[in-house]
Amino acid sequence: MLPNYEELSAWLPDLLSGLSISLQVTALSLLIGIPFGLLLALGVLAKSRLTKALALFLVEVGRGAPALVLLQFIYFGLPTSGLTLGSFTAAVIALAWNTGAYTSEIIRASLQSIPHGQREAAVAIGLNRLDALRYVLLPQGLRVALPALLAFSILIFQGTSLCFTIALPELVSRAYEIGSNTFRYFPALLAAGVLYASISIPAALLVSHVEKRAGSYAQR
Amino acid sequence: MSTADIFAILRGLPWTVALTLGAFLAGAILGIPLVAARQSRILPLRLAAMVFIQIVRGIPPILWLFIIFFGLGMSVFPISPFNAALAGLGLIAAANMAEIYRGALASIHFGQWEASSALNLGRWSTLTDVVAPQAFRVALPSAASYLIGLMKETAVASTIGVSELAFQGNQLSQLTFRGLEVFALVGMFYILLSLPVAWLSRVADGYLQAKVAR
Repeated sequence: MLPNYEELSAWLPDLLSGLSISLQVTALSLLIGIPFGLLLALGVLAKSRLTKALALFLVEVGRGAPALVLLQFIYFGLPTSGLTLGSFTAAVIALAWNTGAYTSEIIRASLQSIPHGQREAAVAIGLNRLDALRYVLLPQGLRVALPALLAFSILIFQGTSLCFTIALPELVSRAYEIGSNTFRYFPALLAAGVLYASISIPAALLVSHVEKRAGSYAQR
Repeated sequence: MSTADIFAILRGLPWTVALTLGAFLAGAILGIPLVAARQSRILPLRLAAMVFIQIVRGIPPILWLFIIFFGLGMSVFPISPFNAALAGLGLIAAANMAEIYRGALASIHFGQWEASSALNLGRWSTLTDVVAPQAFRVALPSAASYLIGLMKETAVASTIGVSELAFQGNQLSQLTFRGLEVFALVGMFYILLSLPVAWLSRVADGYLQAKVAR
């Protein structure tokens, strides 16, 4: 049942390069998705009806549809409208959309958790809307949002496993390929599981540590 | 999109619903002994439950389904795609529901425990008569949003061949080469499915929230 030493040493380079692709997709999705989430959060809070409707639509679809369907929509769906994307690009776009939709809700909630007096004080000292956001609201809001954003990052890291379905050679695809070549499915998949767990479990412990420390800022 | 295409996708609906409800039910029930072990006074039991929950949550759902369907199914015991998906998602749901229960239990004010012991209630009746009914109400909104999350998670069952919504969408898009409409429609069905759950949860929450001691 368990992989032996020779198997592991033969598989490990392949699995690790798969893991590196998973991590690249995670990093890019977060790097694009979180600023996108901030934009969406501001869009949802905007006064203009059109901006609000567009932002709400992007948020509700990005959150409401399964990430797997978003991936397939972008990878298999868009080519029929003439736009063909590589699986890596499609993966990043779909997961960044997913990230943006979820993080926009996190960011919006934390912006709204800031006492209203802060906004009034920013107006009183003559800051315009952008400066109020930059110097007063965001530094406080993002501090409240941080634990939830970190927790979501772990979910996106796990979400990269869905890219198996669009033929991206990430960790699950590599393990599955090894399994179908050698017919040693269980050991190969188990090795991939250990690699996932070795990143997500320490990350989860870190998040709960940050959560405890940030609690003193969040509770007011 | 013709109506025939829409019905072709909708053929997956019963599987999605069955998988969601089955896995949720399994998780909601198995989560209870799991949270009991997680809160136990016996250290090894508590550690075992903690490790179990962390490992289950640390590995992506699609990999769990593969481990069960391809890993165990090919070498240990043959298992149907639906049962494998049910087992995998049920396992994940149990770990997540245990965490939801734990959060709800932690939110019950310790005065409730103190009052129960002042009334000379035993540990068991404190739990079943005082704490659990309140914790249930606290857990309800998170459980409902987890149910919606789980419903979307069932889409991964398409990868091991359970013929649910995403699977039917995939088939149809390969058949008609109109992926754009097909996947947009599939996504819409998932969103539509989540609406009644969200609505029910809001109604139930408004009704039950008044009965929690603060």
